[in-house]
Amino acid sequence: MRCGEGTYCLLHSFISMYSYMRLGGRQTFVLNKDPTQTDEQDGEPAKHWKNYTQPGHSENWEDTLKDSDSTDDNSAAGENDNHPTPMLDQLEDGPWPSFVTGLKRLRDKEDAQYSPMMNDLLGQLNHSYENRLGYWKGGTVSVFGYGGGIIPRFSQVADKFPESKEFHTLRVMPPAGFHYTTDLLRDMCDIWEEHGSGLIAFHGQSGDIMFQGCTTENTQKAFDDLNKIGFDLGGAGPALRTAMSCVGHARCEQSCYDEVRAHRSIINRLLDEMHRPALPYKFKFKFSGCANDCVNAIHRADFAVIGTWRDDIKINQEKVKEHIAEKGRKYTIDTVVSMCPTRAISLNDDDTIEIDNKSCVRCMHCINVMTKALSPGDDKGVSIMVGGKRALKVGDMMGIMVVPFMKLETDEDFEKLEEFAENIVEFFGDNALEHERIGETIDRIGLPAFLEALDIDVDPNMVNHPRTSSYVRTDDFDEEAAKWFERKARESGLQVSAE
Amino acid sequence: MNQTAPAKPRTPDEVGVPDPFQYMHPVMKKNYGGWDWHDRPQPGVLRHVAKSGDVIYTVRAGTQRQMDVFTIRKLADIGDNFADGHIRFTTRSNIEFMVADEAKVAPLVAALEAEGFPVGGTGASVSMISHTQGWLHCDIPGTDASGVVKGLMDMLHKEFVQEKMPNRLRITTSCCQINCGGQGDIAINVQYTKPPKINHDLVANVCERPAVVARCPVAAIRPAMVNGKPSLEVDEKKCVCCGACYAPCPPMQINGDDSTKIAIWVGGKHSNARSKPTFHKLAVANLPNNAPHWPEVKAIVGRIVEAYKSDAKHWERMGEWIERIGWARFFEMTELAFTKHHLDTWTGARKSMNMSAHLHF
Repeated sequence: MRCGEGTYCLLHSFISMYSYMRLGGRQTFVLNKDPTQTDEQDGEPAKHWKNYTQPGHSENWEDTLKDSDSTDDNSAAGENDNHPTPMLDQLEDGPWPSFVTGLKRLRDKEDAQYSPMMNDLLGQLNHSYENRLGYWKGGTVSVFGYGGGIIPRFSQVADKFPESKEFHTLRVMPPAGFHYTTDLLRDMCDIWEEHGSGLIAFHGQSGDIMFQGCTTENTQKAFDDLNKIGFDLGGAGPALRTAMSCVGHARCEQSCYDEVRAHRSIINRLLDEMHRPALPYKFKFKFSGCANDCVNAIHRADFAVIGTWRDDIKINQEKVKEHIAEKGRKYTIDTVVSMCPTRAISLNDDDTIEIDNKSCVRCMHCINVMTKALSPGDDKGVSIMVGGKRALKVGDMMGIMVVPFMKLETDEDFEKLEEFAENIVEFFGDNALEHERIGETIDRIGLPAFLEALDIDVDPNMVNHPRTSSYVRTDDFDEEAAKWFERKARESGLQVSAE
Repeated sequence: MNQTAPAKPRTPDEVGVPDPFQYMHPVMKKNYGGWDWHDRPQPGVLRHVAKSGDVIYTVRAGTQRQMDVFTIRKLADIGDNFADGHIRFTTRSNIEFMVADEAKVAPLVAALEAEGFPVGGTGASVSMISHTQGWLHCDIPGTDASGVVKGLMDMLHKEFVQEKMPNRLRITTSCCQINCGGQGDIAINVQYTKPPKINHDLVANVCERPAVVARCPVAAIRPAMVNGKPSLEVDEKKCVCCGACYAPCPPMQINGDDSTKIAIWVGGKHSNARSKPTFHKLAVANLPNNAPHWPEVKAIVGRIVEAYKSDAKHWERMGEWIERIGWARFFEMTELAFTKHHLDTWTGARKSMNMSAHLHF
């Protein structure tokens, strides 16, 4: 990795030209970077790891590189115009499926329109591996009627690899819950062989099907054909993004609401915010059927919908006894009773269990362990958490619990959820600063102001504990307390004098 | 802009999120919302039983995520010849084949394995690494994704096809500090170690300077005239080398052999089961970006996986295990150094300090 060691001396001289392309009526220009730049290299690499040798792989991949100019075993018979890919070739053995082998299949497909593109794509990728730099630049490419959904990629090394100079991605929204038929997969493959590179990712981190590798010219054609079989573009840029939902109701007994309906009704209602980006920054919804949160909503979504229930966990005591008979009493105590985060479970002398449901926090652990004996209650619904995001730029945030419970069964319930989602997105559009996620907005204005703006009642489930700082003005405390008692009275069905 | 587009573009049908019921296995469609319990007859196989008495078997297999059409058609053929023609994908890019007939499970597993798709990823296993695009497609990557993930999954293949970990172990990789790969029990992320190198000839033409200044999390960037041209300068004493300025301003190159290193983080968790969700924490930084094989990264990941596997109790996730044994023991068991860089200095850092007399010796 050091310039003095031979192979990677090429590093700096290879990078002689960058081209930054900004289309869409902006500017296009080319620059020459000083090829003689010398950087102080790090001294010795850290020595605090053990040597790790892995069967099936050569540790001496630098040696492999040195005599790599000779042949490419995977090229089509008879002729060899293929770029050598010595670095990538090392990623073909081993037991895990190799994406490099897949790229080569596309390169080697006779008479395919994408074959030259994939040869150059492999060349550029190997070039990245050798120089340890990426060579893609963004730009602006879109399809008719849409302002987003295409991720434009223009190569900065198109002089060396001209056929893959445009390698855009179409982000396409998958069916909620990621269900497909084999026929549908084949239809997608046929479309992508005709117009694109033949490379598809199921799925990207935002949940999109990523049709990777399309020329600017073919982008519209590919979209049109995908659209004709019932698929639509996902989100990109400062916009509503593609959502994800877990398998949920379709195959999971732990699911507490109809994820497909919640996912589709919210996203399809707000679709304009996805296709014509006009928000301050991205906004993501994710839908998990229970607190196991299989689509990582709390960390990754601005608006996380998590299934839960209000009544008691359902216990089948016969199945509890069977579980204990099979796994053992000590094991059950160690893995179920002792691991309950609120010490709400106890084991009876007759190998049945008792759950203090008032102390249970619906974490799902005991249900995960005893899948036949325990299940969520009947009074199911959703919790909503707002403000999850990753580091840029104030640091990581998880969503804050803003709606501890909402029923989600009737048409009216779903309408209420959709309206709430729409209000939050509208609030975000009106109040967030540019490049600010809603979690940052809440931090900036404070949770009380956010709740007030959205007409949400405060609730102890929103906090780990009440404030510890005394620096707050409390002269309207009595009025606020009166609101609380009135609300509690209303919730328990009592007549409230003010009404 | 698109010179070659048809003169009259087709008006799109804005269908939005497609209805999944048209693609869903009929047993799943029939029992939607009506499931009773599940178990795992063997690694890679799930059995779900509905309240109606219907049963569906799921066989889960690993894929390379970035798939060529021939691989996808091969999976489709397996789906037709050995399953019921209905598949789905998990959030970690595993493919799932659903069958209603138990007799189909064994031939389906055999067909997948024969074609090189590892069957597993269920229960207490190491599932597929959640990852990003890297050099294949990203515009700001410090390393690759699919390639290094392939190497790591080769190493961890055995733990994918069996369920011998204390609990599930979720690994992520990210090619820059934006961390699109997300939180993980083990997160392997690019960590930049040098301030950006600025090409002052280009900044004025390429970058919206106020937007770049605003993007910096530590206010280290300010407008400046350099060589008579409007540009930006970085206060290198303040700079935390996060790379946030590189995306809106490509002439502020953050990547380089001397800058782009790998850090490994541990103890992130999405699920609410037992403990609340957590962020991952720094284990080690400054590992070399030795793609394609990342031998130094693999060695340490291997050590962390082994330590967790040998010492954690059943159902403890990585972060829960470390919380029990203490960080001192974690660093001892993994033979990693604890340094001043493990002490958080960001907003809220104080909450990560031990403000008690609870000690691990």
